[in-house]
Formats: sequence, structure tokens, C-alpha cells
Amino acid sequence: MSSRSNGWRATCSALIGILLLSACERENRRFQENPPTATPTSTALIVSDLQPGPGMVIPKVEAPYDDNAWAVSEGKSLFNSMNCSGCHFQGGGGIGPPLMDEEWIYGYEPQQIFASIADGRPNGMPAWKYSLSTQQIWELVSYVRSLSGLNPKGARSGRDDHMMRKTPEASTPNAVPKMSSTPPEDSA
Amino acid sequence: MPRRERTRCVSDRRRLFVVAVGGSLFLAGCKGDKEKDDPRVALAARVGPATTSGDTTTKFADDGQWVRPAKDFQGTRFSGLTEINNTNVQKLHVFGTFSLGTTRGVEAAPIVAGTTMYIVTPFPNFVYALDLTKEGMPTKWSYKPRPVNAAQGVACCDVVNRGLVVDAGKVIFNTLDGRTIALDAATGKELWETQLANINLGESVTMAPLVVKGKVFVGVSGGEFGVRGWLKAVDENSGKLAWTAYHTGPDKDVLIGPNFKPFYKMDQGKDLGVSSWPADQWKIGGAGVWGWITYDPELDLIYYGTANPGPWNPEMRPGDNKWSSTVFARHPDNGEAVWAYQLSPHDEHDYDGVNENILVDMDWKGTRRQLILRPERNGYFYVFDRKTGEVLSAEPFGFVNTTTGVDLKTGRLQYAPEKATRIGQVVRYSCPAAPGMKDWQPSAYSPRTGLVYIPHQNLCMDEEGLEANYIAGTPYVGTNVKMYAGPGGNRGFFDAWDPVGQHKVWSIKEDLPVWSGALVTAGDVAFYGTMDGWFKAVDARTGNPLWQFKTGSGIISQPMTYSYGGKQYIAVLSGVGGWSGAIVAGGLDARDSSAALGFVNAMKDLPQKSTKGGMLYVFAL
Ligand code: HEC
Repeated sequence: MSSRSNGWRATCSALIGILLLSACERENRRFQENPPTATPTSTALIVSDLQPGPGMVIPKVEAPYDDNAWAVSEGKSLFNSMNCSGCHFQGGGGIGPPLMDEEWIYGYEPQQIFASIADGRPNGMPAWKYSLSTQQIWELVSYVRSLSGLNPKGARSGRDDHMMRKTPEASTPNAVPKMSSTPPEDSA
Repeated sequence: MPRRERTRCVSDRRRLFVVAVGGSLFLAGCKGDKEKDDPRVALAARVGPATTSGDTTTKFADDGQWVRPAKDFQGTRFSGLTEINNTNVQKLHVFGTFSLGTTRGVEAAPIVAGTTMYIVTPFPNFVYALDLTKEGMPTKWSYKPRPVNAAQGVACCDVVNRGLVVDAGKVIFNTLDGRTIALDAATGKELWETQLANINLGESVTMAPLVVKGKVFVGVSGGEFGVRGWLKAVDENSGKLAWTAYHTGPDKDVLIGPNFKPFYKMDQGKDLGVSSWPADQWKIGGAGVWGWITYDPELDLIYYGTANPGPWNPEMRPGDNKWSSTVFARHPDNGEAVWAYQLSPHDEHDYDGVNENILVDMDWKGTRRQLILRPERNGYFYVFDRKTGEVLSAEPFGFVNTTTGVDLKTGRLQYAPEKATRIGQVVRYSCPAAPGMKDWQPSAYSPRTGLVYIPHQNLCMDEEGLEANYIAGTPYVGTNVKMYAGPGGNRGFFDAWDPVGQHKVWSIKEDLPVWSGALVTAGDVAFYGTMDGWFKAVDARTGNPLWQFKTGSGIISQPMTYSYGGKQYIAVLSGVGGWSGAIVAGGLDARDSSAALGFVNAMKDLPQKSTKGGMLYVFAL
């Protein structure tokens, strides 16, 4: 009996510990820190599923802020103040493609989204690397990922300060990301 | 150029509401030949000039051709051809098709000059010349201007092009990245090319040029990007810039001089393009030109309207914001302004003033007058004296609650204070919505019926003001918008309006916004298309439906008619898109009701009703 309850206790405290830890990350505010290095390796820029020769393993870069609610909300306010919203609106798209759906032209992995924002994309996506810090771009990466549920739910925004435009990120169903089958418009 | 732009960016930046987000900030942008034996002449002569209301200015010669999107200088979109008429239009069938090779919204009109049809596509702005003399209308030549891909980022409302013009053996058109290009109409060889707009300032060009007396007129799009709006005149032979008229700033930049005589007090005074704005805001105040220009050869004046002021959020720009949402009358030779009238001073709801000014001479309350007929985005049908700019009538042609009317004594639009757009406040059920009662889609006028045929939408919106940040080359809007169907639940209308009686004569309800232009002929048939792909013919006198044909994609373009070999043809381009069709053309996500400036919310069902396309359809009996 007692050994069993000890077991329970151990499990419980382990669970609470994990919860606390993750909660800590969720609430963590990094006012001063060395910005996570961007430098996605050249492999980050691969946007094709077709790779001649033996299959290649793309090293995955973790998004430093995917589970940090504060950084995601910073990303959200940058998304609006830097006019991302002017082209992508609240994720439904307009001039730029939707960012809340499952289709991605240039990839949904953190380093691919980083590259989309930092270097721009040819059909009208501005390059932001000289106007935003690496840290700000990573905040935007995690906010963009939160739009289609690619980061942990607990870190996503649960409410909107403005006119109701869509269900908040925390209640948006997770999309299963895939690369777009429609090639971007080109000037052949 | 780059040096000048930099200074402008810096001074803009000093003053504007730019949010400082970190150390490393931003301002990314700182940094026709006519054949001699043309068989159509006979037919046109047989048809002769139209009869009823005795219009004298509208010239109906040359009905076999259609050399500019609005057909004539007066912008009537009326053809004197009568072979296809209200008794036989049911027998129309497809005569030929041609695929444009593009999938974005097609707003252009096919153009016919001599024995060739010319078409300019949406981005990447291909130009095709089709040979009407040969079976199957084979391609004579094609031309690829290769606009920079990044230009797609500064086109607010799909990457459309509203058409080309043929004049003096040249095909002249604009590219999205802001070039005006002249090609030899016979060979497609490039004659000249002039860069007019700069995408890094948010500038693009979507309108069709107009050529008058050897000058090509081109305006800038970008009211959603904080451009400083302009109209430029380029020499038709050399491509050299002749003059530029800005629509904000000091009088000398607006080409306002001693001969400027606006009718109303509100438009009189010195340098109103500066004093009606908060300090320096005019430098990024919008007021582009992307709609229609018409020309009166007798008075020797061009008429056009300017777009909305920027940003949309009106609280950031107290004042009348001249010369946004304004009609200008100018001399084509030197650009000098003769009169101006501000339709929507201190615009509250994105009511651009770019709509067509149709020029007709009519009996008005017993006297013959030179008039402008103008169904305006703000919801009123304006009748102007085109010599003076006096408003003779301004009656609503649909449900309006954002304003209460136009005071004909002062000329001023009367705003409903409860519908004003405020930061942090959501105002519901404002009608018409941001695209207005009628957007770019041009109406047609028949001198036989005396009626104006108006394709338009019926939309209302919820609107909330937001602080807008100016970052060159990115949107500068500052509102949340969510649109939906207006009273009655249908989103569009095709109406016939009696400008003299100042009332609607008949009205056809359409489920979707009617985003296509109108065409009317001396056969008393009016044509328009719907966003789900129907091309429709109705009786011009009664509105009775006569014929319809389902094209492959939604229609948002300008139908036209021409003749060849003594036979009349009707042509239209099919390819959904534009602001209203962005949900399909751009593959947008309807769960975000603010997407595409709030239009997506009103068009959630469009993907089930239409798919992307780009196809010419030619019909004949
Ligand atoms: C001027 C309009 C504009 C602005 C401002 C803009 N974007 Fe974009 N964005 C685009 C366009 C257009 C594309 C598609 C580019 C292409 O297909 O080559 C795009 C693509 C993207 C993509 C890639 C999507 C995919 O499917 O792979 C991401 C991520 C993105 N933008 C995020 C942002 C963020 C974050 C900001 C603000 C820092 C921003 N955008 C600002 C127009 C814009």
C-alpha cells in the first residue's frame, strides 16, 4: 500500500515538476538575452521535396519561442505594427498568401519561415532582415506558426483586442501542414 | 531619384506614427493600323448614328472597332452596331476562344483595331495580337514585358490590368511594376518604354492608359500604400514625360494656376493640398488614379477622379485631405487644372473617386447642357455641368447610411456622425462598404434609351480604426473591415438609371457583386457578366433577361463588340479575381473575416461557385 502511494507521489511530483517547468517557459520573458542565432544553414532554404540521390536529412532548427507565450504575443504585436497584417491580414491572406491554413509555399519548419521573413520571397514578400532583429524575427516565426496551430496550444493567444475577425489562435484547430501543390505565379 | 526618395522617407518617418519596436528598425523601403479595305465600314455606315435624345457630343463613327476600353473618348461603352439585337440575341453562340495563359483576375477589355484583336492580361501583363482575318483567330504576335515579380506585393487588390489602347499604329499599355510601353501594332516590336512608378514607394499601375492628342495619360495605384498620387502625361511618340500632376501638396505640384476655377467655396483657396492635411501627411496621402479618364474635344478637357486618401483611418488625417476623392478637369496639353470638385472630403470609408465620368449633352430641365454622368462609389449618382463643375443632381442609387446626402448649395457631402470611423471603436452596418456602391466596374450609356447601365455591389461593413504605421512599400491602411451583403441579402445589382428623371428605371438583383463592366448597343441589348461565370444579355429598355452563357470562370472584365466582314461579334474575358474575387485568385482563407481588406467575409461561397481562369470568349449569331 504505502509503496504504491509513494509511487503515486513520485509520479505526481514529477508531473507537477514538468508542468511547472513548461509553465515557466510559457511565462518566461526574455528582456535581455543573446538573441538566438538565426543562421539557418543552407539546408533551411530547401523548398523542394524532390532531392536527387540518396535521401537527405534536413537538420531541424528548433523555434526558440514556440512555447513561450510572451514571445508569441510579442510576435503578434510585431505582425500588426510592422504591417505584416496589411498583406496577410490576421492569417487569412490578401496580397500575401494565407498563413493560417495547411498550405505552405516555402515551408513551415521554423528555419524556413525564418528565411521567408528575413530574406523575403520573390513574388512580393519583402525582406525584413535589415529592419528587424533576429530575435524579433524568431518571435514572428512562432506567431506565424501559432496561426495554424504548429506550436503548443498553451503558448498561443487566447483572445484578440480588436473587432472579432476570427477565432483566437488558441481555439483554431491545428492544421496538418503540407507544401502547396500550386506553384507560385511566375512570369514565364 | 534614389536620393530624393531617401529624403522623403526620412522626413515622413520623423513625423509619423511609427512604433519603435526595437533597436534595429526599419523603413525597408528607404532605401492598329487600319486596313484600307476594312469590310466593317459598310456596316457601320448602314447602322448610322443613333437617334433618340439627340446627343451631339458622342460620336458613333467607327463602330466596327473598339480601340480603347471605354470605346469612345466620352466613355459611353455604346456601340451603334445593330445586327445583334433584342429580337435575335438568343441565337448567340460561341464563335471562338483563346486562353490567356494566366490565372489572376481579368479586368481588361479585348480591343479591336483594324483586323486585329489585342488583349493585355493581368500580371505578368502578356500582350496578345489575334488575327481576325483567319479562321480560329490565330496569334499574330505576343509580347512579354516581364514585370518584376515583387510588384505583386504592392498590388492591393489582385494583380489586375484594366486594358490597353491602340492609337496611331501603336499598342500602349501599363505594367504592374509601373512601366508604360508602346509596341508597333503590326509587329509587336517595342517602340519605347518609360518607367513611371516605383514599387519601393508602394506604387504600381493597374489602369488602362488614355491617349489624347499625342499624349498618353497614366495614373498611379497605391492608396493602400501611402503613395503620393499622380497623373502623368507621356509623349506618344518618344515616351518622354511631358507633365506630372500630383494630387496632394502645393498648387504648383497639382498644376493649379490662375485658370483654376472650382465651382464651390470648399474647393477654393491656395495650396489646399497642403493645408487640408496635418503637417507633411500629404506626402504620403494617397489620391492615386486607377480608374477612367474621358475627354471632351470641344472643351479640350480631360476628366478623371482621384482615389482615397491614405491611410484609411480618418482620425490620422484631420482635414479635407485634398485632392483625394476628387474630380479634376484638366487641359491635356499642359495638365493645367480648370476645375476640381471633392466628392468625399475627409473620406471616412475608402470611398475612392476614380469612377468614370461619362460625357453627354442632354436637355436638363429645359436647357441643353454639357454634362458629366457619374455613378459614384459613395453611393450617389452625380450629374455635373462639365464646363463649370457644378453639381446638378446627386441622388443615391442604392442603400446609403454613411452619409445623408449632398448639399447642392455648398456641394458638400453630408456625413452621418454615427458612422464615423474611430480608433478602437467598432461601427457596425455602414453602407455602402469600403468598395462603395460601385467600384471600378464601368457603366455604359445608351443615347437611344437615355439610360445609364450600372453594374454594382450591395455591401455593408463593420469597421474599426487602427493606428497605421508608414513603412515604405508596405500597406498603410489602419482599419479592420468585415463586409457582408446589404439590405435584401443579394450582393450585387445591374441597374438602369435615368439621369434626367434621377431615378432607377429597372434593377436586376444578382447574388454576387456585379464586378464586370457594362456594354450597351444600338440593338437595345445591354451585356454584363457575373462572378460565377454567366455572361448575360438583357433588354436595354426593360431589363428583361434575353440570353445567358456560362463561361469557365467568373467574369469581372469589360465586354465589348466589334464587326468584321459585315458581321457583328460580342467579346468578353472570363477570369475571376479582383478585390472581390481575391478569395479565389489568391486562394485566401475565409476563416479570417478581415482577409483582403474585409472582402473575403462577404465572398465565402465564391470558391464553390467559380475557379481561377483566363479565357477570351467571342460570340456571334
Ligand atoms: C507587401 C506585402 C507583404 C508584407 C508587408 C508581408 N508579406 Fe509575407 N508575403 C507576401 C507575399 C506576396 C508572399 C508570397 C511570396 C511568394 O509567393 O513568393 C508572402 C509570403 C510570406 C510567407 C511564406 C508563406 C508560405 O506559404 O511559405 C511568410 C511566412 C510570410 N510572408 C510572413 C510575413 C511576415 C511575418 C511579415 C511581416 C514581418 C510579412 N509576411 C509581411 C506579402 C507580404
